[in-house]
Amino acid sequence: MTRYAVLVEVSLRPGIADPQGATIERALPALGFNQVSGVRTGKAFRFVVDATDEETARVEVDDLCRRLLTNPVIEDSAVTLEPAP
Amino acid sequence: MTARVGVVLFPGSNCEHDVVEALDSLGADASLVWHGDPSLDSLDAVVLPGGFAHGDYLRPGAIARFSPVMAAVEEFAAAGGPVVGICNGFQVLTEAHLLPGALQKNRGLTFLCQTVEVAVTSDRSVLTRGLTIGRRLRIPINHFEGNYICDERTVAELRAEGRIVLRYLDNPNGSIDDIAGICNEAGNVVGLMPHPERATEPLLGSTDGRALLGALIAAAGGAGVAGGAGTAVTGAPETATARP
Repeated sequence: MTRYAVLVEVSLRPGIADPQGATIERALPALGFNQVSGVRTGKAFRFVVDATDEETARVEVDDLCRRLLTNPVIEDSAVTLEPAP
Repeated sequence: MTARVGVVLFPGSNCEHDVVEALDSLGADASLVWHGDPSLDSLDAVVLPGGFAHGDYLRPGAIARFSPVMAAVEEFAAAGGPVVGICNGFQVLTEAHLLPGALQKNRGLTFLCQTVEVAVTSDRSVLTRGLTIGRRLRIPINHFEGNYICDERTVAELRAEGRIVLRYLDNPNGSIDDIAGICNEAGNVVGLMPHPERATEPLLGSTDGRALLGALIAAAGGAGVAGGAGTAVTGAPETATARP
């Protein structure tokens, strides 16, 4: 068994309105950040998974993302996975 | 026969007593069902009430979907039993894939607590059967994540099959196609953001919710799963009806 450190980033799918991101973006000029655009909000999850190999760990994490961490109707996930230190 | 209606209590539900009170006042025999119960004991209908089940952690309904009672609710729904999700209950039903789509944060990013006007746009659900299409109802909403969204294909299906049961007259939250409530193909599973239980006494400012809950009780009285009557639906598809 190898222990893998996992980072899952969940974001709203392209085309899905993100009123939080839009509100943050509108606030930025007041702070002098005039060059920032395209703000999108999301969530990040960190956890560890024990698996025989990286492929097995990835399949497990993908399943977890699909069934719990994301609502596939409105959200996508990006998984980063590496052997835990 | 008195309809026995179970109102599911999740940790974090907060409208369950209002729903029980409203249903009882309309002649039903309503009782609370704990979310940890793995079975529904001879009920004629189930309501998932409003609130913040499991704290709305992760996403509204995302954890509640895995409460032990939900397997029984899915079975009950599959057998034709009437299931209604109000507000947070609607969110639970979409997360459980008993209804399509999802509920996002309101367009204006504000928590909305106000009485709104909705129109009945389909009579083929257990919550609207027998109601006149186009009838306007004043019912309170109380939500932050009530902005209904689904893909274009799904919304076209909902329209064509008469599954959009309630529409806002003045869309408060950005919901696609002004959707306030939808039902499944069979019409026995309904989700809506407005709270009919909060519009059941003159003192509350409106009694329009009684028509919806009364229809549910009628559907439960004649269509209990135990009775095996099923809940086949009839009614013209919505293309025959005018938008409010």
